[in-house]
Amino acid sequence: MTPSLWVATRKGLFHLRADDGWRAGTPSFLGDPVSMVLDDERDGAVYAALHLGHFGSKLHRSDDRGGTWKEIAVPSYAGLPDISRPAGPGGAPPPPEPPALKMIWSVEAGGTSQPGRLWAGTLPGGLFRSDDRGETWTIVRSLWDQPARAKWFGGGYDWPGVHSVLVDPRDPRHVVVGVSCGGAWATEDDGATWQVRATGMKADYMPPELQGDPDIQDPHLVVRCPAAPDALWTQHHCGVFRSRDNGRQWEAVTAARPSGFGFAVAVHPHDPDTAWFAPAVKDERRVPVDDKVVVSRTRDGGTTFEVLDRGLPAPAFDLVYRHGLVVDGTGRVLAMGSTTGTLWISTDGGDSWATASANLPPIYALRFGH
Amino acid sequence: MPRVSFTPHLQRFLDAPPAEVPATTVREALDAIFTGNPRLRGYIVDEHGRLRPHVSVFVGDRPLVDRLTLADAVTAETEIFVLQALSGGAPAAPGLGACT
Repeated sequence: MTPSLWVATRKGLFHLRADDGWRAGTPSFLGDPVSMVLDDERDGAVYAALHLGHFGSKLHRSDDRGGTWKEIAVPSYAGLPDISRPAGPGGAPPPPEPPALKMIWSVEAGGTSQPGRLWAGTLPGGLFRSDDRGETWTIVRSLWDQPARAKWFGGGYDWPGVHSVLVDPRDPRHVVVGVSCGGAWATEDDGATWQVRATGMKADYMPPELQGDPDIQDPHLVVRCPAAPDALWTQHHCGVFRSRDNGRQWEAVTAARPSGFGFAVAVHPHDPDTAWFAPAVKDERRVPVDDKVVVSRTRDGGTTFEVLDRGLPAPAFDLVYRHGLVVDGTGRVLAMGSTTGTLWISTDGGDSWATASANLPPIYALRFGH
Repeated sequence: MPRVSFTPHLQRFLDAPPAEVPATTVREALDAIFTGNPRLRGYIVDEHGRLRPHVSVFVGDRPLVDRLTLADAVTAETEIFVLQALSGGAPAAPGLGACT
């Protein structure tokens, strides 16, 4: 069985172990919002991004599996030209201002041939690279300087943000990132150049002639099948989409049920046609469909979906954030965490679920440990 | 010399003892302290030196006026208080933002 699960919450970072019955003990960073966690299987280091309400974003690294933590550097926008602020409620447009780190939204490890390499996705709209385990960070100017970035906008937040960073296991110089709201972008030269990869996504929140514009899409999360790296899935704001060619073309998956809306998606590590979703009611409410927490699963590439509810509650009003549904390396063990602070575990590929805790703080992100 | 003290809430994250430093502005006072305690800088100001939105500074009994460059003048008798604002305790959730 998978040995452990990191649970990043509004009030700290919990580390649960299967052999302890997935029991939540005392967290690290008790009381502090933890926006992301990474368990780096290359060297066993664990990274925790804090989103402190008063004192800003912080990043910590543990080299003893969460026993002790060292604060390391955070990405910095110092030296970059001013950016336009998001539009306010009318009046004159606000003057441009220097960009500043708002939040660390994603942290990912580079390839096994790149020791020390980390990627961090941030608000506003930044991708940063470290080659020394987070001691120093450099913004990826080639993406930041894309003219299309001027079209990006916030989704939920006032600012656009990079929430997905997918390193290609075949070649770690190949990376796909997901942006809300700015589509998906790919590099094949370790970040020197980028191409937008959101063709085929459709944004029904835009005027008709702009709905297919790849630069303004809102893929809530983009995931990659490790065993078939050209297979990508996204839970988009306007439905489920998949790509079979590493994001060059996306296909709408219209069979998703009970709704096509949600934030999270997980893809099977070995089977690119199997993926799980946490469906919800769209913009107006953002609660489970019919007040029932369910997981939807496709095992045929999106042609059909099963609605899995065994062990999941109703009526209930839990919402699953984009980083709140994960699958382990076997494809059998899944974890799902909600805004209500409920954590569920499945050990049979999603067929049934058990509540590990119903009393955690709001859950922001999950990661299986290595 | 101006005396600078910090909210005890910072103690959870790092040491920030009171200090007396030579300075004619709040910026000079804080920079002098950050030189000896570099990690503290990122807790008080952003990467452009602007006061963080939910950090509050008082120059004596007067709120800091210049939150962008911290140019408020101080004298040898000034007490500078770096406090935690009562706003900012509930940052937007990382999952999907303010519209949840």
